[in-house]
Amino acid sequence: MIFEDEPVPGYPLPILPGHTSPGRLERVLRAGAFAVTTELDPPDSADPEDVYRRARVFDGYVDAINATDGSGANCHMSSLAVCALLTRVGYAPVMQISCRDRNRIAIQGDILGGAAMGVCNMLCLTGDGVGNGDHPQAKPVFDLDCMTLLEIGTTLRDAHHFQSGRKLTFAPRVFFGAAENPFAPPFDWRPFRLAKKIAAGAQFIQTQYCYDVPRLEAFMARAGDLGLPERAFILVGVGPLRSAKTAQWMRTHVPGVHIPDEIIRRMAGAEDQAREGRRICIDLIREIRTIKGVSGIHVMAYRQEEAVAEVITESGALNGRVPWYPDRSADLQPKRAAS
Amino acid sequence: MRAARHWSVRHARGLETTYHLFERAMIALDPLWRRAGYERAERPVAAVERVVKGFLFDCRMCGQCVLSSTGMSCPMNCPKELRNGPCGGVRPDGHCEVDPQMRCVWVEAIAGSARMREGSAAVHVVQFAVDRRLAGRSSWLAVAREKSAPVETAQ
Repeated sequence: MIFEDEPVPGYPLPILPGHTSPGRLERVLRAGAFAVTTELDPPDSADPEDVYRRARVFDGYVDAINATDGSGANCHMSSLAVCALLTRVGYAPVMQISCRDRNRIAIQGDILGGAAMGVCNMLCLTGDGVGNGDHPQAKPVFDLDCMTLLEIGTTLRDAHHFQSGRKLTFAPRVFFGAAENPFAPPFDWRPFRLAKKIAAGAQFIQTQYCYDVPRLEAFMARAGDLGLPERAFILVGVGPLRSAKTAQWMRTHVPGVHIPDEIIRRMAGAEDQAREGRRICIDLIREIRTIKGVSGIHVMAYRQEEAVAEVITESGALNGRVPWYPDRSADLQPKRAAS
Repeated sequence: MRAARHWSVRHARGLETTYHLFERAMIALDPLWRRAGYERAERPVAAVERVVKGFLFDCRMCGQCVLSSTGMSCPMNCPKELRNGPCGGVRPDGHCEVDPQMRCVWVEAIAGSARMREGSAAVHVVQFAVDRRLAGRSSWLAVAREKSAPVETAQ
């Protein structure tokens, strides 16, 4: 999909009718394309080139890049800074905002600041407990939860004021998202929680890793009954596993990750486990694509970022589309001339 | 006192009815609170509330009670203080991500709300962000004050 007005880094695109942000992710989703997003692991460094190098790996394969906010309660470069760097060259970042580390004063400031830097997508998260991370001695903040964060964010955007009531002179134009985990108990209640998030203002949803398609189908069927896919775009989380051992470790140590035994068996039985992990991921994407109500996938390939291109190409998730990236027009020209 | 907390969730419906009667009494006592002064009543009433709700619910005295909307399971016992439903980290056995010894307060809340009359619908309503200034204050008096003089509080 090529839009008439291609982005010029640093200059915002116009907002299309019915859109809340000038961002490409919202455009792709509202145009009805199957969207692909991924996750950038923020560096433990102050070098901007580390961010750009990590982003370039995804060039041509993704519509937006999530910048995690101290994921797993581990300290890294801030999501706001990663996003600001990415927008400088025209990428479409998704700024993750976790309630774990900042109170409502800091968060509202970051939403304004991010929007001013050209960040069009923000993902509202509660965040992991500090005990899981590398600074278990830190104070958990949790002044807001993801739901109240969504409410405060949409108030800034739509009512043009802070929670205090103080007016904004220019509102942030943001596409707000939230996370959902269909794979954690209480299962029956997960679709209702999703409904609550949408009521609070979520416009897109990125789910936790999916390794259990039947469970996702049950969740999506129930969400469909509640009319949720019409009210928010649901992107299902996927990711290649590196080995049976990592899979085993993830499901016991990472909160909310559910990996069925048969996936672990399939991994353990393979000669090249990393390759099998990518194959499983490709199979999952193909299955997920056919589920009614799914608008896209969110590929989380922690420390396997180079596998994203293969997984997306092989699964056909983009359907021949080449999402925008900084040198796309230059790269596409010769191909067209040759054909 | 997790045993008392679990008992309260199992008896959410009875507690809902009891609370409705109690709330009506608190509102009926408005002239008394008014004569004594709501601010003067604050400390003794909050002290009683702390003991009673502390025993029944492990109440944290957030000062803006939502037990009627959370199946009689106090959401402030959640390590993330979630007031709008369980996080994505609930363990397969229904226990908390942060404190594996504790049943998720939201797994409890959903079970409790299913037993309630009005609480079963109220659990789907999005709760506002907590007003931290109210911590330690009496929710009972706040409700009595608000419901007996809706015009006054609307200003």
